[in-house]
Amino acid sequence: MTTGDPATAVDDTPLLRVEDLGMTFPGPRGAVRRLPGVRAVDGVSFAVRPGETLGLVGESGCGKSTTGRMLVRLLDPTAGRVSFRGEDITRTAQSRLRPLRSRFQMIFQDPFASLNPRQTVQQIIAAPLRAQGTAPAAVRREVRDLVDLVGLAPEHLERYPHQFSGGQAQRIGIARALATRPELVVADEPVSALDVSIQAQIVGLMERLQRELGVAYVFIAHDLAVVRHISHRVAVMYLGRIVEIGEKNEVYERPAHPYTKALLSAVPLPDPAAERARERIVLLGDPPSPANPPSGCTFHPRCPKAQEICRTERPLLRITGPTAGRQAACHFPE
Amino acid sequence: MTLLQVTDLSVEFDTAEGVVRAVRGVDFTVERGRTLGIVGESGSGKSVTSLAVMGLHRGARIGGSVRFDGTELIGAPEETVRRLRGRRIAMVFQDALTALHPYFTIGDQIAEAYREHHGASRKAARKRAVDVLGDVGIPEPARRAGEYPHEFSGGMRQRAMIALALSCEPDLIIADEPTTALDVTVQAQVLDLLMRLQQDRGLGIVMITHDLGVIARVADDVLVMYGGSAAEQAPADRLFADPRHPYTRGLLDSLPRLDAGDATELRAIPGSPPSLLAPPAGCAFHPRCPVYARERNPLCTGDRPALRQVGDAHHNACVLDEVTP
Repeated sequence: MTTGDPATAVDDTPLLRVEDLGMTFPGPRGAVRRLPGVRAVDGVSFAVRPGETLGLVGESGCGKSTTGRMLVRLLDPTAGRVSFRGEDITRTAQSRLRPLRSRFQMIFQDPFASLNPRQTVQQIIAAPLRAQGTAPAAVRREVRDLVDLVGLAPEHLERYPHQFSGGQAQRIGIARALATRPELVVADEPVSALDVSIQAQIVGLMERLQRELGVAYVFIAHDLAVVRHISHRVAVMYLGRIVEIGEKNEVYERPAHPYTKALLSAVPLPDPAAERARERIVLLGDPPSPANPPSGCTFHPRCPKAQEICRTERPLLRITGPTAGRQAACHFPE
Repeated sequence: MTLLQVTDLSVEFDTAEGVVRAVRGVDFTVERGRTLGIVGESGSGKSVTSLAVMGLHRGARIGGSVRFDGTELIGAPEETVRRLRGRRIAMVFQDALTALHPYFTIGDQIAEAYREHHGASRKAARKRAVDVLGDVGIPEPARRAGEYPHEFSGGMRQRAMIALALSCEPDLIIADEPTTALDVTVQAQVLDLLMRLQQDRGLGIVMITHDLGVIARVADDVLVMYGGSAAEQAPADRLFADPRHPYTRGLLDSLPRLDAGDATELRAIPGSPPSLLAPPAGCAFHPRCPVYARERNPLCTGDRPALRQVGDAHHNACVLDEVTP
């Protein structure tokens, strides 16, 4: 499935629009006044169309998880706007958010931590349905359907989370997220805690569910290969900002930002011959701390292409590719 | 030249729920200047194997033989093993923060280890610590030696642990998921560092990981483990080009590829890795194996299969691999 697929292309209004989103966590209290905060997310903008998957990639501390949490209002942004189906939900009171809640859901990295250990699978999956006032008989029917949909058996319904493997527990988390038939699911590292052979099961399941239900995903992960596989479009984050966004094959095959290029070249391929033949860009140093970001382009201290302007002027996201959808924040894009 | 020779290694634990046979009958060798990659999923026995080699499994029953440079380690006096450990065999773990002591500076920890094994003076040990920190690419090593582990970033801590491992000039490094907790750009730096050090010093390396990409980058030879046993063993090029065990093939097929365009659907392996408390009879992989699902061959559920030679330096435990040796 690609972005050109008729099923995803008919509807042009974005399902989710994020404009100039920012999150500054307050700094610690100093002797006289509060110390400066940490800007975890800064000026992030993108849109998600119905039924598509936007991959959000980056290294630890890049702000991808914080962004994900703001999308579903698990965190309140300190700047910018999130709109769902054209409705601004950034400042909507949690009480008034309720009817909308059923339309966007979240899946977490640790399936066990996100499931109540004292509830049966039946109770866990039924909870969001009950919350929206579904009649008990309909709830039972729905839960059975959902369990079947995610590849679990009816006898699993009376069991507790600890009786399941990691992969099965993630299936329960997915069933719960889909219970209210949401239009958008934000999945934060949903497969990174799973064994390789199980990862493929869950990725395959999420792809099938998207085809069958038309749900859109924001898929947050550090694993670039998984993101390429599941996404239609990809946004690359570095130190709280999007440095490149575009159709996935464009971003992966012709990265415009030097960071994207370096990131892709650092991923080891499961192929010794290809590994030996590859040109690798080894970046120097670690990703800097968001508490003390470098001036100008925040990537400049590690960038092999950095010039004077990169130290002083922050580059904005602008179109660099053949299509308007492809943008990079670099003074010297490829 | 064979540095480490492991023969018929087995590790068993008694637990409240019964005996766990974490490793059964594993063989491998590590040569000087070469890297053996051990790959497997959770419960495959890959980490238990490395701990057993290091003699770090108290309370476990360990069988078989582990010969390091001619010296048998299984059943050897604790003093013999202790003298080799850290000095000639060093270990690098996934989590540097638990491997390094939080109360002592990085420099003190490295100097202390060096003094312990080489009986050097404080001053010489201190200088050695700064030197190895520089060797592993830590900037301003003299200053950083005076810092505590929590003052180091993840990548720098991992380097510091490698420096600690290298300080006593070991012949063999056992690295258990050394880059799993690191970001991919930092992982690339640490892997390059290990390979450079290997080239310079002729180190033997055992690289234990779940990441087939890391294996492809660093390993000369690969051992694939499943359910406590060896499934397949081959030189890295051969293993990736011609995987013969259905588990190895399944693992490679279930992996999304960074360099694949609009890829076909991933072919997942059904089911989950086996429980070590109640392992399946016969081949541990048979309940998930597509070949068994098709053929229902009774050989798959008989005895647990051992590795057989199926090609030049290529060994496979699958009983259905038809070879003319």
